[in-house]
Amino acid sequence: MIDTVKIKKGFNINLSGKAKRKLVEIDPPETYALKPTDFLGIKRPKVLVQEGDTVKAGTPILYCKTQENIKYVAPVSGEIAEIVRGEKRKLLEVRILADKKTEYESFNKFSVSELSKLDKEEIEQIMCDSGVWPNIIQRPYGVVPNPEDEPRDIFISGFDSSPLAPEFDFLYQGQESFIQAGIDIMNKLIPGQVHFSINSDAELSQVFANLKNISLHKISGPHPAGNVGVQIHHIKPIGKGDLVWTTTPFGLAQIGKLFLEGRFDARKNIALTGPVVKNPQYYKVIQGTNVKKILEGNTVSDNARVISGNALTGERIPKDGYLGFYHNQITVLEEGNQPVLLGWIIPTLNELSSQRALGLLSFLNSKNKEYNLNTNTRGDKRAFVLSGEFEKVLPMDIYPTYLFKAILAEDYDEMEALGIYEVIEEDVALCEFIDVSKHNIQQILRQGLELLQNS
Amino acid sequence: MKFLEEFIDKLKPQFEKGGKFEKLYYVFEGFETFLFQLGTTTSGKGVHIRDAIDLKRLMITVVIAMTPALLFGMWNVGHQHFLAVGQEADGWMKFFLGFKLVMPIVIVSYVVGLGIEFIFTSIKKHPIAEGFLVTGMLIPLVVPPTIPLWQVAMATAFAVVIGKEVFGGTGMNILNVALTARAFLYFAYPMEISGDVWTYLGDEAAIDGFSGATPLAIAAATEGTSTVVAELSGAWTADFYSFSNMFFGFIPGSIGETSTFWILIGAFILWITRVGSGKIMFSVFAGAYVMAWIFNLVGANAFMLMPPHYHLVMGGLAFGAVFMATDPVTAAQTEKGKWIYGFLVGLLTVLIRVFNPAYPEGIMLAILLMNVFAPLIDFYIVKANKKRRLQRATV
Repeated sequence: MIDTVKIKKGFNINLSGKAKRKLVEIDPPETYALKPTDFLGIKRPKVLVQEGDTVKAGTPILYCKTQENIKYVAPVSGEIAEIVRGEKRKLLEVRILADKKTEYESFNKFSVSELSKLDKEEIEQIMCDSGVWPNIIQRPYGVVPNPEDEPRDIFISGFDSSPLAPEFDFLYQGQESFIQAGIDIMNKLIPGQVHFSINSDAELSQVFANLKNISLHKISGPHPAGNVGVQIHHIKPIGKGDLVWTTTPFGLAQIGKLFLEGRFDARKNIALTGPVVKNPQYYKVIQGTNVKKILEGNTVSDNARVISGNALTGERIPKDGYLGFYHNQITVLEEGNQPVLLGWIIPTLNELSSQRALGLLSFLNSKNKEYNLNTNTRGDKRAFVLSGEFEKVLPMDIYPTYLFKAILAEDYDEMEALGIYEVIEEDVALCEFIDVSKHNIQQILRQGLELLQNS
Repeated sequence: MKFLEEFIDKLKPQFEKGGKFEKLYYVFEGFETFLFQLGTTTSGKGVHIRDAIDLKRLMITVVIAMTPALLFGMWNVGHQHFLAVGQEADGWMKFFLGFKLVMPIVIVSYVVGLGIEFIFTSIKKHPIAEGFLVTGMLIPLVVPPTIPLWQVAMATAFAVVIGKEVFGGTGMNILNVALTARAFLYFAYPMEISGDVWTYLGDEAAIDGFSGATPLAIAAATEGTSTVVAELSGAWTADFYSFSNMFFGFIPGSIGETSTFWILIGAFILWITRVGSGKIMFSVFAGAYVMAWIFNLVGANAFMLMPPHYHLVMGGLAFGAVFMATDPVTAAQTEKGKWIYGFLVGLLTVLIRVFNPAYPEGIMLAILLMNVFAPLIDFYIVKANKKRRLQRATV
């Protein structure tokens, strides 16, 4: 029997606009994009293509000068339409005008039995060349890892507890064999174990029911229980000097497909969610897809913000922007750009709060009530005043306020001692949500991580 | 309400960069944010939604929790006055007299404090913080009704400038700001804050046998074989200082601190809204009770032998425990630390009361002292956390 890790701290944010379990296929959009800004590891991207070049799905588009062997590849076949640069010529997007029918670069194909004979170097070589390597994320720092490193373990979370998160068993249906192949590959990469966590509060997903060669963990509790960082902390925490890798079920499937079918397959299912969406449901798309066609005619209001990812950690994109590499969700929220008279004091049942101060009555609502939250900051930035609040939503043995203050003071030793290696942005997103003083905590954390990385 | 919005939008350019009142921008912003929750939105990366709580709502909750004690205090100021001069009066007369005496103190405290905040806001160019909403109400509640208004102004100015702004403003201060004001008065103008200052007499003469001594002063003065309880019940009129009178607050004292009952109502508001730390409130009372009980065992003098529960309703202990010790900025920040901090505040209060008759009110000094030590308590609790992490490090 597997022990269940019971997580008590945390906070569920129930937004309205949860995706119905219905998978829709739409007219494919004309353009796709690869955004180097999606990958935290990329410091100095170098583009390998020029506008007008034709590429196949799996053709290298760019690499990072500090990790030249890791290639970032085209999700679809077609013609390079535009290379978009921002301030100081920072590379933002490589846009591809897609062919009607996707052509794939061909890589070596293996049968399941052949897989077991591959050695570590061979696997890493194939993964780096074909573009699936960035599916792996390293802790600490949350960056694409160096293949030469030897991590202690690999962790995968089999569920997502973020607001309006897609249901994994629906998202990954039919991918069982590829996910299993991905796990087998992962086992080859490390001497340690492949840890896989499932949600013990939900019914066991058929997709994950028969996985082998994993160390299975059951996790229960409110968000952020589904965050892999929180799971690592409870299963086998990261200490100074430890290196662990994480990936996602999608990453496993993409890696599995690469080895079994010999191609970089960027097709994925995503959920369109959010209070402003008319028909929240699942879509069949390709990584880096333009979102315009998905959203067209499907939003209630024009004063809306489109987010690639979830409402806590995602990134705002234009209405004709592109889906991020790691995202399997689009959230659309109403922009809260209207002032509210005496908004700081009027009693409210419809504004979600983890607190109960004067007039904040959401704690009286049923747990299943869905909220239509907009993007208003609901208050202005102040110095840290309250204590003990962050601790309630970060289920780790960490003192977050002290950690954030150490980062602001740029105190390297304190940051290390207080456990900065155990967290990345998504783990402290709830702290940022509940913060009375309205700090940008995820941004503060990233500053700290960058200080340490560059030291 | 559209016209208000338009009015503010029309004024705004004058306060923005290049405008006539550029220097007062943050003052203007302070007023604007009191009228409206602004239409500012979250940034494009990070959280896109925010909790509905903000500092203004939090602070106003504390002010509301203090209102029962304030209203009762106003009534009691009148009540004590009419008792002392031996006149009959109905509830409204008492309240009105108290209102007349207390409101000027409240107004002076807010006007002086907010004025200084506005000046510092403009000089240091940071948005105005809401901390003074609470401080401005705390100061009137911990002074006697007879306090000269200029002293209130001096104390408020000292506390805001030296107690808070020199450290960097709200959230950065080490000592509780309102208690800094109280301590300033105590050491700078001892004549006006000790002795027979707790009852307002006005131009009238007190009746025969009136004594303005507070229960703590009586307890400290008890000598020989007499007991504190006997002295208390024999003071002035019979049963004037009975336990229930002290609990409900029909006694002279600082404006807001006499009634443990109404303070506990405030404590309940703070606890139910989770704005004040229940841990600290509880452990202050526990610490005081335990220390008083230990003194009972030692029993070297009459004050030591006083029943422990008397300590809980005398003086400012309840007020300090509920509204002062729970100040999140100056209290211990870790959850374990809060237990220790509160317990020591209670313990020190009784210790100071019993051992140092010169300072019968121990809670003020106890909290200020523990404010200074709170970071040390936290330091050791956080250090234990660091140690656990270090033990699993591999390099």
